[in-house]
Amino acid sequence: MSDKREIDEVTGVETTGHTWDGIKELNKPLPKWWLMTFYASIVWAIGYMIVYPAWPTLNGYTKGIWGYSQRAVVSEELQGAKAAQATFRTALEKMPLAEVKNDPDLLRFAMVGGAASFATNCAPCHGRGAQGFAGYPNLNDDDWLWGGSLADIEKTIHYGIRSGHKESRLSDMPKYGLDGLLKPAEIDDAAEFVLSLTKRATDTAAVERGAKIFADQCISCHGAEGKGNPELGAPNLTDEIWLFGGQKAEVVQSIATGRGGSMPAWQGRLDPVTLKSLAVYVHSLGGGK
Amino acid sequence: MRAQGWQLGHPGDTAMADTREGLEAFSDVLAVLAAGVFTLVGAIWFFGSSDPAMSFHGLLMMVASAIAGIYVLNVTFREKAAIAIGSYEPPEGYFDGPIKVTVVAAVIWGIAGFLVGVILALQLAYPALNFDLPWLSFGRLRPLHTSAVIFAFGGNVLIGTSFYVVQRTCHARLAGRWSPWFVVWGYQLFIAIAGTGYLLGITQAKEYAEPEWYADLFLTIIWVTYLLVFLGTIWRRKEPHIYVANWFYLAFIVTIAMLHLVNNAAIPVSFTSPASYILWSGVQDAMTQWWYGHNAVGFFLTAGFLGIMYYFIPKRVERPVYSYRLSIVHFWTLIFLYIWAGPHHLHYTALPDWAQTLGMTFSIMLWMPSWGGMINGLMTLSGAWDKLRTDAVVRLLVVSVAFYGMSTFEGPLMSIKAVNSLSHYTDWTIGHVHSGALGWVAMVSFGAIYCLVPWLWKRPGLYSMRLVEWHFWISTLGILLYITAMWVSGITQGLMWRAYDSLGFLQYSFIETVEAMHPYYVIRAIGGILFLIGGFIMAYNVWRTIRGDVPVDLAEQPRVAAAPGLRLQPAE
Repeated sequence: MSDKREIDEVTGVETTGHTWDGIKELNKPLPKWWLMTFYASIVWAIGYMIVYPAWPTLNGYTKGIWGYSQRAVVSEELQGAKAAQATFRTALEKMPLAEVKNDPDLLRFAMVGGAASFATNCAPCHGRGAQGFAGYPNLNDDDWLWGGSLADIEKTIHYGIRSGHKESRLSDMPKYGLDGLLKPAEIDDAAEFVLSLTKRATDTAAVERGAKIFADQCISCHGAEGKGNPELGAPNLTDEIWLFGGQKAEVVQSIATGRGGSMPAWQGRLDPVTLKSLAVYVHSLGGGK
Repeated sequence: MRAQGWQLGHPGDTAMADTREGLEAFSDVLAVLAAGVFTLVGAIWFFGSSDPAMSFHGLLMMVASAIAGIYVLNVTFREKAAIAIGSYEPPEGYFDGPIKVTVVAAVIWGIAGFLVGVILALQLAYPALNFDLPWLSFGRLRPLHTSAVIFAFGGNVLIGTSFYVVQRTCHARLAGRWSPWFVVWGYQLFIAIAGTGYLLGITQAKEYAEPEWYADLFLTIIWVTYLLVFLGTIWRRKEPHIYVANWFYLAFIVTIAMLHLVNNAAIPVSFTSPASYILWSGVQDAMTQWWYGHNAVGFFLTAGFLGIMYYFIPKRVERPVYSYRLSIVHFWTLIFLYIWAGPHHLHYTALPDWAQTLGMTFSIMLWMPSWGGMINGLMTLSGAWDKLRTDAVVRLLVVSVAFYGMSTFEGPLMSIKAVNSLSHYTDWTIGHVHSGALGWVAMVSFGAIYCLVPWLWKRPGLYSMRLVEWHFWISTLGILLYITAMWVSGITQGLMWRAYDSLGFLQYSFIETVEAMHPYYVIRAIGGILFLIGGFIMAYNVWRTIRGDVPVDLAEQPRVAAAPGLRLQPAE
């Protein structure tokens, strides 16, 4: 508790004379560069407060002499972005979907815009490469549940599948197992027959029994040869492309539960130009008819 | 020992002894009453709450309080018996028991917090590690990690060191008989309630303030007691001036109390329901939250730890503090400016322009006040720079100050709106936080813990200085991997989010930006694992030191590594 100032031998600076648990303090002045930088930051801050909105007042705030407003800047930027695309957008909106491919500039705009919108809106289910996942169709192949023409694709995007929209694509395969329409053994036979369509059946007796069940129950939608019907959204069972898996157990489950995924209706959520671009993009992915 | 004037009461002075005994009896009664009330409240929650998690918290509180009450009664009766036969020795000297608890708790909570951080880092790189279990989901583990490292690890270091420093620099015994124990054990109970709450799904969804109203109220009682213990000790100081470390500790305790009360103002659904409604709404709530959030950084993670720096660096290197004037000026400017800086967390949101301007300009002005602390910490080594080479504990302390300087430059930089529009919501922020949290807060804490363990347990030195070396290098490497990975990933992320092609369409989908982060997330996880390994090395070293094992490299340790009574005198 000495209260004596002394000169620190190492630095030659005087101490303040206080000691706490052996700790002393040097009486050094503030570093010049430190003080100057601090003052500079204050001056800069005051300048910033003068030119930008800064202080609240009783019924508003100081607007700053540059008249900056974040909202104004955002709407300006948005308008600028819209204006930059305006020519293309107007042209694309007017052009019939089928003719877009004849205008290279518009086609390019639609493809790029469609890809960007696909990545944001469609990729979560269909995958970034549109490769699909179990229950979410691959859009790169030429197997289309609801048709692969531009018009078909556009309609699917607009109204969705089992989306609740009144124009929605709608099909309803019976839940043969859940609703007790077929016995488990019959479902098993039917599945064995379905496997035989892609030459993977192992039990010929079951295939024969299953053929009869298929003829009674399935051909109205899937067709006599099991090649499906895009009008009804009935998948082709002969092409080795399986939305919910083609193993025996998966086929059995498909028959038992009816499956049936859903896709939202995008009309109203995306603007007409984006919808058109998406149709062009998806159609181009490889399998568009 | 008994003759020292600064001890509580003067032995031999019967009047003083009577007063002391009276005060102690009063304190005992209060402590038992408080334990009774807490037991009752815990019982009401245990039996009355329909929420199983809150009911479990009631059980925790009931059992812990009952044990505490029985312990106090037990001690009271033992002392009464000792007084009756004349063998009672009143407590004297420094009150270090509660500090020992915080040191051990800090090591344990630190490892727990780092471990959860590593799990989270791995989950971000490999999401399957969620295991589809609600308790392991990112949303529940994330607050567990942040609270464990900030409040459990950091909080224990702050409480422990503040109790140590305030006694030494005031030359006075810690105020209170049971209160310091209540602060320390109550705080551990709060941590247990908050942490298990997160895992069981109880949260009020405010960042860094997730605990629900009942845990908040309990913490308020602990914190006010903490403030009173600290103030009481300063009040009875035998030094004419209050040391700078204590200004920082006091600013930390007072401001955290204020922040905690305002940000957590809520109306519970009922006394036995964990749910509550926050008083604030909309953008006011966001502003209150970040006024709290940023000042938790400013006053918990900065002011408090500057208090540590101001004691442990000069003490360890045995040099005077570089500049008394700088300590005054940077203290007051830091305190005044920090409290305004919160709005920079809400740039480009619904927060009005004027509030964003204030948040940004005050953050810029905060740069030099922050660096004042760095200068004072680093320059205190003038004349002792060689210790950086010879004493790994000094190196931990000094490197922490360097990281502090780096983070407090990066912070104002990121508060500039133009920079923030790139950095906000990206991993750059996470990297910034961790250069502060791992580099500054944790490193300075490690340094303080390595000082405190031999000092508190009266050992001639640490069990092994070589292990401190290992800890230093492995954690420094971990931090560097962590923050460089986050810089690269954050800036990449920010640039990808704002990339447009020539036709005005977004160039990347969100998932593409996530995919681009994967390698950096793996590097970050590796950095975290290294840091965690460092934590285990420290725990081992601390455990061997406490156990009293003979140091393996005592000759390599500086004289200040030893407990105060065991030190060689400095060569004159």
